[in-house]
Amino acid sequence: MDEARQMTTILPRKGVVIVGLGWTGSILALELARQGLDVVAIERGPWRDTATDFNIGTAADELRYSARQETLVKPAQETLTMRNTPAQTALPIRSWGSFLPGSGVGGSGMHWNGQTWRFLPNDFVINSHLTARYGAAALPQGHQIQDWGVTYDELEPHYDAFEYLCGISGVAGNLRGKIQEEGNPFEGARQRGYPTPPLKQGYAQDLFAKAAREHGLHPFPRPSANLSTAYTNTYGCSLAPCTYCGFCERFGCANYAKSSPQTCVLPALMREKTFEARTECEVTKVNLSADGKHATGVTYVDKDGVEFEQPGDLVLLCAYALFNVRLMLLSGIGKPYDRDRNEGVVGRNYAYQSSSGSTAFFESARFNPFAASGSLGVTADDYNGDNFDHGGLGFVGGASITSAHTNGRPISYRPVPPGTPTWGAAWKRATADTYQKVTTVNAAGSVMSYRDCYLDLDPTYKDPLGRPLLRMTFDFQDNERKMARWMAEHCVDIAKTMGAKQTVLNTITEPWSVVPYQTTHNTGGAVMGSDPKTSALNKYLQSWDVSNVFVMGASAFPQNAGYNPTGTVGALTYWALNAIKTTYLKNPGPLVTV
Amino acid sequence: MRRSLVTNTLSIAILALSTCGYAVADDKQSFEQIERGRYLAAAGDCAACHTVPGGAPFAGGLPLVTPFGTIVSTNITPDPKTGIGAWSDDAFVDALHKGVRADGSQLYPAMPYPSYTKVTRDDALAIRAYLQTVTPVDHDVVADQLPFPLSIRKDMAVWNMLNFTEGFFQPTTSKSAEWNRGAYLVQGLGHCGTCHTPKSALGAEKADVALKGSEIESWLAPDLTDDKRTGLGNWTSDDIESYLKTGSNQHGIASGPMSEVIRFSTSAMSDPDLKAIAVYLKDLKTAPSPAVTAQAASTAQMTAGAAIYKDSCAACHRDDGHGVPHLFPRLAGNGALQASEAVSAVHIVLHGSQGVGTKAAPTAPAMPAFDWVLNDAQVAAVLTYVRNTWGNAAAPVSAGDVGKYRTAGK
Repeated sequence: MDEARQMTTILPRKGVVIVGLGWTGSILALELARQGLDVVAIERGPWRDTATDFNIGTAADELRYSARQETLVKPAQETLTMRNTPAQTALPIRSWGSFLPGSGVGGSGMHWNGQTWRFLPNDFVINSHLTARYGAAALPQGHQIQDWGVTYDELEPHYDAFEYLCGISGVAGNLRGKIQEEGNPFEGARQRGYPTPPLKQGYAQDLFAKAAREHGLHPFPRPSANLSTAYTNTYGCSLAPCTYCGFCERFGCANYAKSSPQTCVLPALMREKTFEARTECEVTKVNLSADGKHATGVTYVDKDGVEFEQPGDLVLLCAYALFNVRLMLLSGIGKPYDRDRNEGVVGRNYAYQSSSGSTAFFESARFNPFAASGSLGVTADDYNGDNFDHGGLGFVGGASITSAHTNGRPISYRPVPPGTPTWGAAWKRATADTYQKVTTVNAAGSVMSYRDCYLDLDPTYKDPLGRPLLRMTFDFQDNERKMARWMAEHCVDIAKTMGAKQTVLNTITEPWSVVPYQTTHNTGGAVMGSDPKTSALNKYLQSWDVSNVFVMGASAFPQNAGYNPTGTVGALTYWALNAIKTTYLKNPGPLVTV
Repeated sequence: MRRSLVTNTLSIAILALSTCGYAVADDKQSFEQIERGRYLAAAGDCAACHTVPGGAPFAGGLPLVTPFGTIVSTNITPDPKTGIGAWSDDAFVDALHKGVRADGSQLYPAMPYPSYTKVTRDDALAIRAYLQTVTPVDHDVVADQLPFPLSIRKDMAVWNMLNFTEGFFQPTTSKSAEWNRGAYLVQGLGHCGTCHTPKSALGAEKADVALKGSEIESWLAPDLTDDKRTGLGNWTSDDIESYLKTGSNQHGIASGPMSEVIRFSTSAMSDPDLKAIAVYLKDLKTAPSPAVTAQAASTAQMTAGAAIYKDSCAACHRDDGHGVPHLFPRLAGNGALQASEAVSAVHIVLHGSQGVGTKAAPTAPAMPAFDWVLNDAQVAAVLTYVRNTWGNAAAPVSAGDVGKYRTAGK
């Protein structure tokens, strides 16, 4: 051990050490390099850029990128163990299924679908709001639902910054308090409209919008990071209009049409003379001072297994949400969550996203699902958050209800009616017959936080470097199951109004499983808040315990809202950045004292 | 009225700047003088030839392939032994102005002294002052690698007699100060004609077709005159400025050797200088290139080309050939695409190309290579299609035109 330690090369000190070069890491790197700081980003996956890696002749390779998951973390390098309840023994995930953590430059922001939401104003004060409206007894048993410590109004300028970085295509629903006909009337007030107009919708979305209106709902085009028109962003990076090829999620965009670190940040970042990216280098630990109150830098291992110590003044954890939490646990940043004693914060309040809805089969439609985009779609938010009266429903939370075609790809998009054989000639016939005639109405729902849903270090399983794997203890609780079913029933009703001859109700009936893909929206574990007893980070995403460590990403969400997380991740990044630039750098130390 | 006022003010400012430069020229250590020299060295793109990519700045050693053989660029750092540190100021000025070295021997015109001769002594001295401040590098370059008889430098005296007119830039008094500044930069330091002007059999620029476009290293340095079909006739002066500053504009994106020129030279130039260049180029009236009738859309080659375009090109360049500003060049009305020789287009389709990234436009988009997808006849068909659609008109491309570049220039 001592011998190994002696072999660690200690590198020259940097002003800022960033772990992970995805959305959050690249934005912070660029902005802090422009403050004149020496910035290094350490990324365990390979370098990837559009020109080199997403050749239009090869980018749309479903076998390579989707089936074989080329851009994801290799489970042999890092995986986690999972179980549904604290009483079970967790086992390792050996093949990604339910969620797909990215690896490499761009991270999951490279292979995402591009749905870019703002959470509702009430989502940030959810505990206070629900308690005031329905009474504390209406909140689900075992819940740990809590306010964020930051408000929508505080985040608004930073949502705006992220949307204008990306060039998001959409239509405003609430311009400075004035409700706009075409947009989402439930959204918080925004200072200005989206940078680009909404995408063109397909036939299914037209049917959905009409049906939703008949049901008294308020449909609007889903905000999209697959852009409708050409756009040049605040950093001078240019994006092209989406071609609706339907190769977004799991793929890099060859057309420069999807907002990602590659299209929006990296071209500008790589010109910064005080920035350096070190790829294929995995950070193993954040090093702390003897008293544990100050990070001295990080230790990492390069692809040849050589260990380095990178000292730094400020350490920013910008890895995927789950991996941020693991790195904190492995490094001793913050007190680990202890479910039995209900103490500690790191690993606490892990949450996910619920999916339910309806598959709708039509007699003679031609939906052209291949003419798609990752965030093409029409949504109604009438049943999201607390936009509707939950009195007597027996659940809290909500979902965005959407008609969308994100792809019609040849290997994985094979919907068939219930009762169809799963192979053979009858399956082939049904596949061909159904391809054009099926669509969905889906509900992407919130997941609340619970004492029994959390992350900690696995007592048994270790990674190749001998470090314990992260253990996930999670299942959908009764509140989410009730909510998902209620939403699915509404989706079925809308699908019938759209004209479906046959509808299938999809909801959560089994324990959560890691096998079928559901959603890569893992949240919590290092949550932000105003009380160090129930949050790992203060409202600026700064560790309560180690003030020169900030932790970005969805790991900061105290529970998950009924939306995809990236818009809020982006807003929180600019929010934290603002605090770092205007306050922390002038006077390093805790930004909040309690 | 207001515009002309601005122009006049600008002219005075430019004149004032030159005067100012002259006043400090004697102080070799003056910050202004060195900084001005740094700017002018960028405008002259000295580094393009005198710096090996990734190597020490100005230490030379880059092989320059010419039709007559390979010449290796020299070390122009202040190293007294292997660089030009021991040269007198006059010797430096003579190298630019007369094409002679400190020892009196002749330079080869790969060093663009036929253009640099127009550079003022004052500007040359500023460049000299700057070069004296760069890190000296001990790097002995063997410059002479031309075959006999060209290896005899004295031969160049004969070449100079035939092809070289020594002389500082002479302003055209009937034109504005801005036009003259543009002419000075284009003809002198910018040495645009070195690539863009057709050459004689002896490799000299043909003055009567100045900047009408020329082939170089498997690329076409396109027509820079105001020709509507093959030149910059459809570009506004703002388009020219944007192209030189950012590497792209609403029409296209720099690629090939020009992307290097933009990265190291023009993107570092001031807005007034780029404007002056634009004003001068927009005034380059020449006889229009001979009229060409577009290929009929119904020919077998055009039909095949249309299908390939739809399949492989339209996602980025769009059905209407309009492309996307700053990302995918506009093909409709594209002058370089309609040049009589389709060499750049062949090169780009076969081997791909990456645009230049600049501070103002950092994206640097790329066109992928299609040499592994399309055979020579298919490349010829799609190029014939894009050269003859959306109002474009140019000679058809043959499979043979494509084949000769399949391995060359890769």
